[in-house]
Amino acid sequence: MSMIELSHVSRWYGNVVAINDITMTIGPGVTGLLGPNGAGKSTLLHLAAGFLAPSRGELTVGGAASWHNPGIYRTVGLVPERDSVYAFLTGEAFVRATAQLHKLPDPEAATRRAIGIVEMADAQDRRISTYSKGMRQRIKVAAALVHDPPILLLDEPFNGMDPRQRLHMMDLLHRLGDQGRTILFSSHILEEVERLSGTIQVIVAGRLAASGDFRAIRRLMTSRPHVFMVRTSDDRRLGASLIGRPAVTGVELTGRGLQVRASDYGAFSRELAVLARDQGIRLRELLPADESLESVFAYLVET
Amino acid sequence: MFGVQARVVAGITLRATMGRKRAFLFAIPPLVLILVTVALKLSHPERASWPVDILGLFGLTVVLPLTALIIGTSVLGAEIDDGSIIHLLATPVSRAVVIGAKYAVACVLTMAFAAVPILVAGLIATGGATKLALGVFVGALAGAVMYNAIFVMISVLTTRAIAWGLLYALIWEGVLGNLVAGARLLSVGQYSLGIANSIAHDSSLNAALGLPTALTLGVLVTVAALVVAVRRLASFSLKGEPA
Repeated sequence: MSMIELSHVSRWYGNVVAINDITMTIGPGVTGLLGPNGAGKSTLLHLAAGFLAPSRGELTVGGAASWHNPGIYRTVGLVPERDSVYAFLTGEAFVRATAQLHKLPDPEAATRRAIGIVEMADAQDRRISTYSKGMRQRIKVAAALVHDPPILLLDEPFNGMDPRQRLHMMDLLHRLGDQGRTILFSSHILEEVERLSGTIQVIVAGRLAASGDFRAIRRLMTSRPHVFMVRTSDDRRLGASLIGRPAVTGVELTGRGLQVRASDYGAFSRELAVLARDQGIRLRELLPADESLESVFAYLVET
Repeated sequence: MFGVQARVVAGITLRATMGRKRAFLFAIPPLVLILVTVALKLSHPERASWPVDILGLFGLTVVLPLTALIIGTSVLGAEIDDGSIIHLLATPVSRAVVIGAKYAVACVLTMAFAAVPILVAGLIATGGATKLALGVFVGALAGAVMYNAIFVMISVLTTRAIAWGLLYALIWEGVLGNLVAGARLLSVGQYSLGIANSIAHDSSLNAALGLPTALTLGVLVTVAALVVAVRRLASFSLKGEPA
């Protein structure tokens, strides 16, 4: 009922392939749709939301094809990327109008509930034109949630938000996911995404490049050197002995500490501590320098 | 048709259309029409030929299409341009209801901003409820219904609705309609004139079509344009991110 299923979906514009043979199933919980700009994230969301026809393949949302089927909006809520809303309406009037378009039996109650979820009750009687970016985003989420849909699609929901608004939105999406809804959002804001969703679908150049748990995906890439920043009481001496280890492929002295490239994630983590203790060197800091989606993208694009 | 969904769509459309600064534009053509009429009335109180010209040539063939163009292309086109239409379309409301409600608003506004001023100008020009004044009023009402169907359709088909609408009104109706007899058969301006002339019976209106032809073709064109508009809206697509 609340699944988004793609089977060999492709979408092209003339000669340009935006989505290339993607097969995936997205179930309850929060799923992040990630990729560099132009990778096809928005195209995929538009396909799922019924605002684009697949050139090939099948795509169903809640069991029904989404293209040419306005009926899907009974089970789907959409938060579009563009900021354009009916700015002359108050937040409350906008959400209530959406409730009426859904022909809900009690639009007033549904409006109160949806505005409550996004915590906008205090500002609901102001015109949307007076709202900040984050408030607009929240009132759009309220409108998308007014009919209590099991599936929620959000296109770049963190765009243009300040850090506080981002945290608030992340918290909200977390709660909605915990309620058993299927939440699919696209983003290129990496750090937030790492915190927000365990499950990610990485799209690079229109293809599904990786799928599953973010950190697991990262660790699977053992063939690529992992980069760590190490600060110690004696960087040079530790560097000298590290370069003798098979797990280490490179060492560089930098102003901020020792930058170490390791080919084997596990072996390096185990050996570093032993090595430092044997040499009597104190470890002050150990940071994975590239444990970000940026490096995942870079790696996936290279291969 | 007039369920809660249509009322919501119509209400939002009315507020959006009248709220924009563009709404002042609606008032300019009818204002010019009435001012010119008053000026002519004051300077040529006795001559009998100018009322037909000002009502037919200026009112029906300039003020009416221009007003319908501005209103008809903005009731839906403005929301498509700025993307807010997505909030309407991401609900189970039927696309026919969206088109119907917006088209109805466009018709009513065009009647208020073009047909009623044309009636007022007609009453001033002919000095009362004459056949000519009533004829051009009825012709303008019919024209509002037909023109808006076409302009709403154009606004779903293209993002350059005003340009294409102007091309239709100026080139097709204005130039080709005068030069090529066949173009008159597919000209909403000629349908309006035919309907106006069936009441006014004034040869100076230069109506090329009789009432049965004008009505039949007018209904066909209107229905066809609305059907195309609904179908195109049902296939409304969002552009992907720039590659």
